[in-house]
Amino acid sequence: MAVPFERIQADFPVLAREVHGRPLVYLDNSATSQTPVPVRAAIDAYYAQSCANVHRGLHALSAEATDLYEGARDKVMRLVGAPGRESVVFTRGTTAAINLVASSWGECLQPGDAILITVAEHHANLIPWQQLAKRKGAELRHIPLTAEGTLDLSKLDELLTPNVKMVAFAQVSNVLGYVAPAAELIAAAKSVGAATLVDAAQSVGHMPVSFAELGCDFLAFSGHKMCGPTGIGCLIGRRELLDAMEPIEYGGDMIVHVDLQNATWNHPPYKFEAGTPPIAQAIGLGAACDYVTELGLDWIRDHTTALCDQAAAALSAIPGVRVHGPLTGRLGPVAFSIDGVHPHDVATLLDGEGVAVRAGHHCAQPLHGLLGAPSTARASFYVTNRASDIDRLVAAIGVVQKVFG
Amino acid sequence: MFNDLYQAVILDHYRTPSNVGQIEGAVQVRNDHPSCGDKVLLSVLVEDGIVQDIAFVGEGCSISQASLSLMTEAVKGQPVSVIRDLYSAFRDMIHGQEPDEELLGDMVALHGVSRFVARVPCAMLGWETLAQVLPLDQPAPDPDPTCGPG
Ligand SMILES: Cc1ncc(COP(=O)(O)O)c(C=O)c1O
Repeated sequence: MAVPFERIQADFPVLAREVHGRPLVYLDNSATSQTPVPVRAAIDAYYAQSCANVHRGLHALSAEATDLYEGARDKVMRLVGAPGRESVVFTRGTTAAINLVASSWGECLQPGDAILITVAEHHANLIPWQQLAKRKGAELRHIPLTAEGTLDLSKLDELLTPNVKMVAFAQVSNVLGYVAPAAELIAAAKSVGAATLVDAAQSVGHMPVSFAELGCDFLAFSGHKMCGPTGIGCLIGRRELLDAMEPIEYGGDMIVHVDLQNATWNHPPYKFEAGTPPIAQAIGLGAACDYVTELGLDWIRDHTTALCDQAAAALSAIPGVRVHGPLTGRLGPVAFSIDGVHPHDVATLLDGEGVAVRAGHHCAQPLHGLLGAPSTARASFYVTNRASDIDRLVAAIGVVQKVFG
Repeated sequence: MFNDLYQAVILDHYRTPSNVGQIEGAVQVRNDHPSCGDKVLLSVLVEDGIVQDIAFVGEGCSISQASLSLMTEAVKGQPVSVIRDLYSAFRDMIHGQEPDEELLGDMVALHGVSRFVARVPCAMLGWETLAQVLPLDQPAPDPDPTCGPG
């Protein structure tokens, strides 16, 4: 069911603000989404009434804080179809989650093994594997792109040899916006016995995502791209793998028994959550899970895709404007270039019109090399957007072209 | 505010920059701001403490390229001592001080950059590169605000 824009306006007061004297049009959701009132209220309620550490106090506030924190884990578990709470590890975000896997699970790699990713990965899903491959004498391979800017699986058989031990890819590209054929990739990876990691930074909270249905081994995402706060994200992992993995951080909460010489580890997820966790942020993420569920993940996906389709069509119809990646079926980001105008100048002038977009390589430098543009401008859509935002974007691009005309 | 930034002088220098090319026998330095792809190859020919010739090959936004073009015009034929004053006046202007119009000449067109923190590194690209060749006293590097998560 469609969510009325009035509801969204009430939940996101920021939409009423002005920037440089113009009503704000926020089109930088792929970097960080706005935070709705219920999420802020959940964070505030913790600080206002139940602020205490978790898992260690015998007093009422600590018990409440623990309930809220662990309750958030249950909400995440339900949102992403994790097999159990022990599979839900809170991390600082997607980056920390992928690094955890590369550092810990990655220890099992041998010289001559291979890791398969794609050329379009965010640096967060590239550099941890690149460095792991260097450390272990393994090979890093990349799935290429089609001319349209989607994943080219035509050579998958050649890339996916039996020495491939990990296949890691973004479910939704943060530049090209495509939705990767995750089921096909995971099935292919399994056929050679490779583990799989899905970088779901742009997909969880944007479309229905189920860890169980995907059948992957690891899934990573961030709270701040799905209406939640910054500083929190998750690694969802298969229990057997998490059991076998060593922690990468040591300290409080992650142990069962400690003496002066030795320690034994707590079970997952606690084994990977050393120290006081970001409690308020986890609670905020739990509230964000509720929020996107309430809006409806099918609605969010359909709404976002419709806006992207419209935006891609409108932008590519402007002479001198080029959209990077497919023109339909995108989920969130629409990267584009304007002839003769550097993306930073585009972003600055759009900002002057009240339209917030990102310009740069969007932490995907190798991809930009392939696109033949060291950087691009990117408008990215989510629940807070509506069709009139595209009109504002198009009008603002007109201003850019006039200044540089 | 935005008209301030994109003054005609800047757009003119962006479209038709001065002193583009490489100079044989000159000192050459490359510099880039990887997060945005601003790039420069600067050639500087110094004789007897004077910049006899200077040229650049660059790629990037209007601010970085216009700033390079304006800089090469301003320093060509000048002794290092004068260039040092230009550099410090330019840096002060970009960091928000009232510009010394007499000293800075056309470069004053870039004064609007000071209100766009994210664009300060663009305006400084050329000067930062020149400071690698000439003893202009190293500025504290500007943090690069453009590579956040994405
Ligand atoms: C596809 C993708 N992967 C990983 C990340 C990294 O997320 P974070 O910076 O929240 O760790 C991002 C966003 O920045 C992303 O878009």
